[in-house]
Amino acid sequence: MEIFSNMLIYFVIIPVLTLAGLALTKNKGIDAIRAVAVTGATALVALAIYLVIFFLHARATGETSDMILQTSVTWYEPLNIKLALGVDGVSVVMILLSAFIVFAGVFASWKMDPLPKQFFLWFFLLSTGVFGFFISIDLFTMFMFYEVALIPMYLLIGVWGSGNKNYSAMKLTLMLMGGSAFLMLGLIGIYFHSAHEGQQLTMNILEIAKNDAIPHNWQYYLFPLTFVGFGVLGAMFPFHTWSPDGHASAPTAVSMLHAGVLMKLGGYGCFRIAIFLMPFAAQQLGWIFLTLTGISIVYGAFSACVQTDLKYINAYSSVSHCGMVLFAILMFNKTAMTGAVLQMLSHGLMTALFFALIGMIYGRTHTRDIREMGGLMHIMPYLGVGYVIAGFASLGLPGLSGFVAEMTIFVGSFEHQDMFRRVLTIAATTSIVITAVYILRVVGKLLYGAVQDEHHRTLTDADATERISTATLIIAVAIIGCFPNFFIDIIRDSFTPVVKALTSVM
Amino acid sequence: MDYSQFLMMPQEIGLLVVFLLVFLYDTFMPTKTLKGLPLFATVVFGIFTIFSFLPVPDGMVFGEMFESNKATWAMKNILNIGMFIVLLQSIKWANSDFVSIRRGEFYELIILTLFGMYLMISGRHFLLFVIGLETASLPLATLVAFEKKYYESHEAAAKYVLTAVFSSAIMLLGLSFVYGLTGTLYFTDIATMIVGDKSLLLIVALAFLISGVGYKLSLVPFHLWTADVYQGAPTMVTSYLSVISKGSAAFAFFVILVQVFGAAYAPVWEWMLYAIIVITITVGNLFAIRQRNLKRFLAFSSISQAGYIMLGVISANAVGMASMMYYILVYIFSNLAAFGVIAVIERKTGKVTTDDYNGLFKTNPWLAFVMMLAMFSLGGIPPFAGFFSKFFIFLGAAKTGSVAIYVLVLIALINTIISLYYYLLVVKAMFIRQDDCVIPALKSHWTERAGLWICTLGIILIGLVSCIYTSLSDITSSLTSMFSMI
Repeated sequence: MEIFSNMLIYFVIIPVLTLAGLALTKNKGIDAIRAVAVTGATALVALAIYLVIFFLHARATGETSDMILQTSVTWYEPLNIKLALGVDGVSVVMILLSAFIVFAGVFASWKMDPLPKQFFLWFFLLSTGVFGFFISIDLFTMFMFYEVALIPMYLLIGVWGSGNKNYSAMKLTLMLMGGSAFLMLGLIGIYFHSAHEGQQLTMNILEIAKNDAIPHNWQYYLFPLTFVGFGVLGAMFPFHTWSPDGHASAPTAVSMLHAGVLMKLGGYGCFRIAIFLMPFAAQQLGWIFLTLTGISIVYGAFSACVQTDLKYINAYSSVSHCGMVLFAILMFNKTAMTGAVLQMLSHGLMTALFFALIGMIYGRTHTRDIREMGGLMHIMPYLGVGYVIAGFASLGLPGLSGFVAEMTIFVGSFEHQDMFRRVLTIAATTSIVITAVYILRVVGKLLYGAVQDEHHRTLTDADATERISTATLIIAVAIIGCFPNFFIDIIRDSFTPVVKALTSVM
Repeated sequence: MDYSQFLMMPQEIGLLVVFLLVFLYDTFMPTKTLKGLPLFATVVFGIFTIFSFLPVPDGMVFGEMFESNKATWAMKNILNIGMFIVLLQSIKWANSDFVSIRRGEFYELIILTLFGMYLMISGRHFLLFVIGLETASLPLATLVAFEKKYYESHEAAAKYVLTAVFSSAIMLLGLSFVYGLTGTLYFTDIATMIVGDKSLLLIVALAFLISGVGYKLSLVPFHLWTADVYQGAPTMVTSYLSVISKGSAAFAFFVILVQVFGAAYAPVWEWMLYAIIVITITVGNLFAIRQRNLKRFLAFSSISQAGYIMLGVISANAVGMASMMYYILVYIFSNLAAFGVIAVIERKTGKVTTDDYNGLFKTNPWLAFVMMLAMFSLGGIPPFAGFFSKFFIFLGAAKTGSVAIYVLVLIALINTIISLYYYLLVVKAMFIRQDDCVIPALKSHWTERAGLWICTLGIILIGLVSCIYTSLSDITSSLTSMFSMI
């Protein structure tokens, strides 16, 4: 089987093997369950790092095709559906990010209770979907993996969540699946217009882009369907309402995975499918979505200012930051799009760090309301410093990832000469200030104020597994902040085809 | 008479042999050994299922009234698989106290109804089609009333038989109009006679025909019997009604619409079906949300599923036909898994409401898992088979390419979200509710477990293994003469 000689398929096989391994463990055998989960997650990280090295090596040795490691195996022959794999720079960094978050997520759910086995089963099913999505270049398999990644959220939140979990889980699932219903119609439409008269219809993204056969009048319908479909997952205003509730109710590791990886599927899909395949409609209708994402950015930031629940604050901050990803993608130039991917990386790591820390704080204080907490810096200095670092990354302090990402995005956005984009960019930059307001408000209240509850003085600082998971993420945030060129070099050239397609229809 | 004609219908002959063997066993074996009858019938039917996969010759026999081709062969095999699972799951039930004295009749009648469905599928003359339809419908009324101890079972049977007779009467009226206008009841002859002639009477006849078959498929507005009958009938009969009976009717409907009314009347019935599909899917879904009894719940869910099956019919192309047969196959596995779980729990504890299922995962993890797979598959969640069948049936419908069809697909897709909501309610009850479950840990009979295992494997594998859809697609794309009219 030629497909097994392609390393990409192992990004799906490893989680599936982990699932099988977990299925064989006993319900009570917590050590065996942890061992299997850690092995699977470590293997994924190792493979992801190897993939990055492989990618850099391939590019260095003059491999210039848009996607490397391409393999395609026929799956449903009558409909020309294939299991087509391939990666470019964007997918490579997304895979790396996902592997890291999965790794950190396993450690963050070390003491998961009850039903640890079932938790990790759903957790790795979700990872299977995420990795499968990033390695596929066939619309059908992409969509299938996309939905595989969505549905475990329902049980992960419903069973292991807290607070108003039934409502949140159902709302999240239905809104995301509603998005994917629009998406499915969009994909079916793309499929039937994927080839010129006489050619065979195809689901392969690269072939569709090469054929460039989707009529312009159809693009007007299909572009909004696909963009909104993915935009729901990218928390685009006004389809973002699942995100705060979902995050607030989800257990820590799930929040990490969700904000860190799952929301990235939305941005990635918007760029890879909606814009890449339908550049004409993207140029024509882009302004609508640009306005919506602009609203997301500012509105998310303002909403975060008035929240008192730590998780809600970060959920709204996610809406704002993910809005920035879509905003940058819609700017249609290389600099801004590179910034979008950097922002995905930065937001993924930073939010995962936030949610990990919030989970640890909540595990100790049993409250997430900032009005009931204060002065935690003296009590748990490690967690406090971690929170401050995450906050600085979020508000864009130089040296951390957020600065690089936002800087690149705004520089790229401002390259446009027209008034509309410039005004929107200026409006969006205000979010940096508003972010500073809500981050500093939380830091001041939570970490530096007077101790609100005397009982909190007896609490302990982070233990070993918690230190591992937060330290990994902090180091990653700092690496992106200090050495952004390493990532920019990987990402930047991947946007050549899409930018070329976009300029050709101007 | 040329007896070699019978060689063209090996599946029908085989089924009759199964029937005769069961009948002889029931009649002549000593009473003590009758306890083995259900297992005997199942094993014999299982052997027949395997043998009926042998290829059959293509052609028309009996004055071109009966057609045998690859598509009818495949459809009968799909029904056989479903029937085998139903029989397997009903073994323990058939030997229970109140049913056991009549278990012979159960197996004989249920096999006869399958024979009627074979005739519906293969009939190329309206007389044969109607005979098949009646053979498939009327014995089912007896089966619905099978648990004669229960009042609901009687009520359900009365409702079923009255609506069956009424709808048949309407359909026959429609057919008599057709006969009056064309002077023939052969499918192909009618098709050639009515080309270019759009008479109002024929449109009325078409509407009558659609309502007759729509009743079998429980399409809205001909669905009013469904929920009560599903609730009152023994669970095994309900599962049979919901999958096998529906699947055969959908296939026969497709053949009639495409072959008889395909040429001149395609726009007419497409718009009729368009409206029917929209209200079927929507009404089925909206009513399902409110149901607390799982059998009623699955009744409304099966109404909306019938709407999705009709998307394959409205497509009227080879992709749509393959997708429809594939959808029926997947639906058989998913629905039988759900009914299998319900039957086990009902037989042991008599509990059938969603509230009883609260916390089922804690007491019966395996049953809860199978039920969850069934719900995910019905809701169209990958990587389970339901996702693939939904995707393909939408693909088949959208192939016709008009904007109206895209709108229809969008409506259907939005409805999948509504359906997902109530399927998830069952999952929520079993996995998320932390109440103490009123259903104790159960030990199901090995036959029931075997049935559930087959369904589970089917749900997981049918989608991932592409060869099933591929071979169905090869079969339907070889039926060039059928689609040449459209």
